[in-house]
Amino acid sequence: MAYSEKVIDHYQRPRNVGSFGTSKEVALRKDVGVGIVGAPECGDVMQLQIRINEQGVIEDAKFKCFGCGSAIASSSLATEWIKGKSVDEALTIRNTQIVEELSLPPVKIHCSVLAEDSIRSAIADYKAKNGIAAATATTH
Amino acid sequence: MAVKLPIYMDNASTTRTDPRVVEAMLPYFTEKFGNSSSRNHKFGWESEEAVDLAREQAAALIGATPKEIVWTSGATESNNLAIKGAARMYAKGPSGTTGRGHIITAQHEHKAVLDPCKRLETEGFDVTYLEPPADGVITRAMVAAAMREDTILVTIMWANNEIGTINEVPEIGELCNSRGVIFHTDATQWVGRMPTDVERDHIDLLSWSGHKIYGPKGVAALYVRRRNPRVRLEASQDGGGHERGMRSGTLNIPGIVGFGKACELSRLEMDSERERLLALRLKFERELSARLPVVQVNGHAERRLPQLTNISFGFVEGESLLMGIKDIACSSGSACTSASLEPSYVLKSLGVGDELAHSSLRLSLGRWSNEEEVDYAINAIVKAVEHLRTMSPLWDLHNEGIDVSKIVWQTH
Repeated sequence: MAYSEKVIDHYQRPRNVGSFGTSKEVALRKDVGVGIVGAPECGDVMQLQIRINEQGVIEDAKFKCFGCGSAIASSSLATEWIKGKSVDEALTIRNTQIVEELSLPPVKIHCSVLAEDSIRSAIADYKAKNGIAAATATTH
Repeated sequence: MAVKLPIYMDNASTTRTDPRVVEAMLPYFTEKFGNSSSRNHKFGWESEEAVDLAREQAAALIGATPKEIVWTSGATESNNLAIKGAARMYAKGPSGTTGRGHIITAQHEHKAVLDPCKRLETEGFDVTYLEPPADGVITRAMVAAAMREDTILVTIMWANNEIGTINEVPEIGELCNSRGVIFHTDATQWVGRMPTDVERDHIDLLSWSGHKIYGPKGVAALYVRRRNPRVRLEASQDGGGHERGMRSGTLNIPGIVGFGKACELSRLEMDSERERLLALRLKFERELSARLPVVQVNGHAERRLPQLTNISFGFVEGESLLMGIKDIACSSGSACTSASLEPSYVLKSLGVGDELAHSSLRLSLGRWSNEEEVDYAINAIVKAVEHLRTMSPLWDLHNEGIDVSKIVWQTH
């Protein structure tokens, strides 16, 4: 399968790989939202951690990904896009934008969906930790 | 010595045609272009002679007689002809009825065996799909336990194409022979690499292919036993009655010449080649296991083909691993490399966990593989696995002491 140049670039030089601590540590941090989506048996697990300041802006984002090159690129791209955005702005990111940016073929669209889900999941975790009601329920 | 890139380590998929094979084939495209069925001129005679020689070369490789070789277009066709042809010939009831007979095969057979069996189920046959144990080896005892009064056919591959495990084929053959049951084996990965004798090993029907043994694509053979017992098949393709009526159609003379030559070369060179490739495969497995934690070589520890290894690298996804070793041509059991979203059904049937099935590489060596290539591949794989583990959330969880297989994941 031929990958786009952008996918290859993200695979070789992934942006913002890492975490803000072990799973136990970040579970206790109120300024960090954690989203883990996917499952090993499906061949894709994405972990997104976001650090949010008091103004509700995503100051930093880190990802880890078990998955194919497109999944790695989608999550790497997602961290680039959400850094510096407010929580509400980050929620407007759609998987179709990721598909377009990375030129993902149809069989890889689920990678972009997973990236969008990881953003929503991390923000939901942050909101839950801080007692903020989720504004709108989202569905796929 | 500099390694020439990319490196080919996918010989279980197909092999490069040996230049000696190509050379033998060439005259049969141009000056010797006759149809071997033309009985009244020189063009026909010289083609018939060439086919006869190839039949001898093919038969010699498996301990058969030339008349027992039926030419086909590929191992898929050989398997279809053997399985459907035998089932329909030895059916216990007429077409349109049920209970026409029992067939035994295994879950980790090639699709070219499984799908003909599934077709036969729709035609009134019963099929038992043996579940392989964790080591992947189908034994005589497993087949014996599945045998029924109405069993008419057993089809068990000699060696598995994904993991290289070797089934108890001579033992299963002996069992079938003693029960009067027809025994077919898909020997595509076995013949030409390992000594084969259809008499000693009690085989009734055996499929193998040219392009897996450094011959051309599009040509294969089916061995059909002629005595003790004489095995009959219902033809799938009707026409001019070629190949004793079992496979009509003008013979692919250049392909058959190449197939024969490839069989001859394999027969003469397999012993030294086997030793050489086994040493390389063992080095592969030894070094990868020593340099990387959480590495699993799939299938039985010893009962495996010398040239093929299937290795899972925990917490790394197979397709991304292939991307990291793009100079090495090999394959993965990862779902992402296939059209379906399921990981390898072969590894799953062995009870290999889904995450390790997604994490597998199949590396298969061949006639032109050398130690420099193996060393290059080992280094490249170690580097790629380490790179991917730095970004694997599962690797982190594992290192935190969390059992990844016990987590309840939120799937889509």
